[in-house]
Amino acid sequence: MRDSITRLLWPLMALALLLAFNAVASPAFFHWRLAEGRLASPLIDVLNQGAPVMLLALGMTLVIAAGGIDLSVGAVMAMAGAVAAHLLQHDGSVAVAIAAALAVCLAAGLWNGLLITLAGVPPIVATLILMVAGRGIAQLITDGQIITVEPESAFLAIGRGTALGLPAPVLIALVATLALSAAVRFTSLGLFIECIGGNEEASRYAGLDVRSIRLAAYAIMGLLAGLAGLIDTADIAAADANNSGLYLELDAILAVVIGGTALTGGRFSLLGSLIGAILIQSLSTTILMAEFGGRSVPVELNLVIKAAVVLIVCLLQSSELRRRLLLVTRRPGA
Amino acid sequence: MVHALIEMRGIVKTYPDVRALDGVDFTLERGQIHALVGENGAGKSTLIRILTGAERHDRGTIALDGAMIEPRTPAAAQRLGIATVYQEVNLIPDLSVAENILLGREPRSRLGWIRWGAMRERACEVLTDMGLSVDVAQSLRSCSIAVQQMIAVARAVDQQARVLVLDEPTSSLDAGETAQLFALMRRLRDRGLGIIFITHFLEQVYEVSDRVTVLRGGRCAGSYSTGDVSRLALVSAMLGKPVNEAARAGSAETPPSPAPLHRECLRAGGVFRRHAVQPFNLSLCAGEVLGLAGLLGSGRSEIVRLLFGIDQRDGGDLAINGRAIGRHSPRRAIRAGVALTPEDRRSAGLIAHLSVRENMMLALLGARGWACRLPLREQRMIAERFVRSLSIATPDLERPVAQLSGGNQQKVILARWLLMEPTILMLDEPTRGIDIGAKEQIESLIAELRAKGMAIIFISGELEEVVRVSRRVMVLRDRAVVGELTAAAISTAAVMQAIAQPPAEGDHA
Repeated sequence: MRDSITRLLWPLMALALLLAFNAVASPAFFHWRLAEGRLASPLIDVLNQGAPVMLLALGMTLVIAAGGIDLSVGAVMAMAGAVAAHLLQHDGSVAVAIAAALAVCLAAGLWNGLLITLAGVPPIVATLILMVAGRGIAQLITDGQIITVEPESAFLAIGRGTALGLPAPVLIALVATLALSAAVRFTSLGLFIECIGGNEEASRYAGLDVRSIRLAAYAIMGLLAGLAGLIDTADIAAADANNSGLYLELDAILAVVIGGTALTGGRFSLLGSLIGAILIQSLSTTILMAEFGGRSVPVELNLVIKAAVVLIVCLLQSSELRRRLLLVTRRPGA
Repeated sequence: MVHALIEMRGIVKTYPDVRALDGVDFTLERGQIHALVGENGAGKSTLIRILTGAERHDRGTIALDGAMIEPRTPAAAQRLGIATVYQEVNLIPDLSVAENILLGREPRSRLGWIRWGAMRERACEVLTDMGLSVDVAQSLRSCSIAVQQMIAVARAVDQQARVLVLDEPTSSLDAGETAQLFALMRRLRDRGLGIIFITHFLEQVYEVSDRVTVLRGGRCAGSYSTGDVSRLALVSAMLGKPVNEAARAGSAETPPSPAPLHRECLRAGGVFRRHAVQPFNLSLCAGEVLGLAGLLGSGRSEIVRLLFGIDQRDGGDLAINGRAIGRHSPRRAIRAGVALTPEDRRSAGLIAHLSVRENMMLALLGARGWACRLPLREQRMIAERFVRSLSIATPDLERPVAQLSGGNQQKVILARWLLMEPTILMLDEPTRGIDIGAKEQIESLIAELRAKGMAIIFISGELEEVVRVSRRVMVLRDRAVVGELTAAAISTAAVMQAIAQPPAEGDHA
């Protein structure tokens, strides 16, 4: 228990620092008000806009903990949006559209998992295939066009709706987090994933079904990517196969790394990845809102600043670097 | 006076917790194939690492051709003419044969470009000179392991090596490939090279070496001219038992095995796996302890790996608790009531970062499937019970298992399987590297489980232990079962005798 708290310490500190910076640089960041039955605040916006990456990061945590990686999640998001928008356009019901989109994404996850477990393709290659092909399939479904969703469609509630005073995407991310946390905590799934990521050979000797466990991780990842894709599509009321989820796989992997789960597999922390995802999103929002001497930060700097902060968080987490720094600071005294 | 090629005198090497070498002498002559044998932890690899510059010795001297040397790195040793070819060939599989032979010494034009034609010619010359005909343009990966090994040797020879160290070169070769390699070794010997040949195969010592040195527990346990030493004397030196003791028991005949006491729970007929173990028959009854004895690499572990389904067998019939097993897997084995504590705790037994409790519950939870929920309270109760009954020393159940001592880690793995209540328990070196106290506990536990009717297969490199614990002993040599001892006929001497027996015609594949 203490172990997991120490691992959450660094990402939490980074997040706290970022918020403290905002408190000084752009106090508007902490404004709250109740508008049209929902809480409105930049903080809520961070969670709202960060929901897709949060969902991806949850699934990516399991995949990475099991000793794999999934580069296809952005493309799978695009597939979800394309399938849903296509069906809605052809007079499908909202329920059918959502169910079909999620089913396609589940199949995508299983496809990745089968390529890796049965065909023995390395995870990075197997998912790279779907990363390319998935977006292609999405473009085929949409005929290369952006398919818009009727403005009065109930489908849009996924991205724009409000319940319990919170935006729907935030609620969806919250429910997914709770459900997944319960699943890994109250069944043996979490333990098994840690085992096969930590020592696959020993897991085999202990009689674990290594293949099925790995497959399950990719299947869950596919479903979560589907949810993220639906949120993204409902948010802009259109399926954009070219841009939906573009590069988000990288944000998700970053979130997992920031959250303290080792890329080599083994021990994982869903909460850590969630904090990582929130950190990434609040960084973007911070850069957009920050003002220096009445001038805002040029948008072009966004990515560079983001990279710098991520680098600092990762360096902070490196126990090797901490040890070296400690040696350097001690030397003058000795 | 003519100096020996290599003279190592009084070599001492101490690691923080163990004296690996304790005053070892070793002499290699020109034109000699010198076999170096010994059991696990005898100090063979430490001695070689010191000679090849991978490790520094604490005391002692090394002379090459009469001149003192002190190679500090493998590269330095190589410049002195001492080359090593490891079991896993350390070449680059994706480069061509020619590139591998001449890597770092490529013929170049004046502009510094590699002259590919000259390179292929040169590589061809080197290989032909050694009696090998290999297409030097093909990638190394496409060659068999034997050829790869010979190419590694060729590279060493081309670098003006005078001393060649071959570290278990034959462990993944079949009989034909081994013969090929031996022919090459003899050819190089006749040219005056000194060859140190490390092997686990007794037969190969006799087949190819001129001299054999036995290490045991970090000391030299004997050095003989191969033609003058009997197999029995060699085995005695390796295991540290006097020859006369072994000779006395030599005449003891194996009595006919008594009728099975209980129900037979494991039967293997002609089970084998290529490159691992030759066809063997095995029958195991409830309430019986079957010991597997043999030198390191004799096929002991390979047998239990086949029975547990880690490796697939290439042929033969297997029945567990009366049910025929087709395609095997650890999950099937476990479902059938088999448990295995593997030889290598760290890589095949423990999940190091998980807690004592999690490591214990793993097999049970695995058998029940991921969807099953076993409340933490219940898990703790079970784990607690085994911590007490096996007296596992751990501050608490949630401690990462990596923090426990070797003996306690072994008990955690034992607990993992005991709580499954298996009918067949296979223990591969359960007492290796653990303290005396834990050793005794494990031995008495085996007796207790046997009395309760469990069938046990017990493997240990320590002969006394196998003899003490087992009711029946199968003896292995060079990956084949070569004998079986029962009840009163079991003694360390008789086991040694069986290991040392010269093979019958056509026995050695």
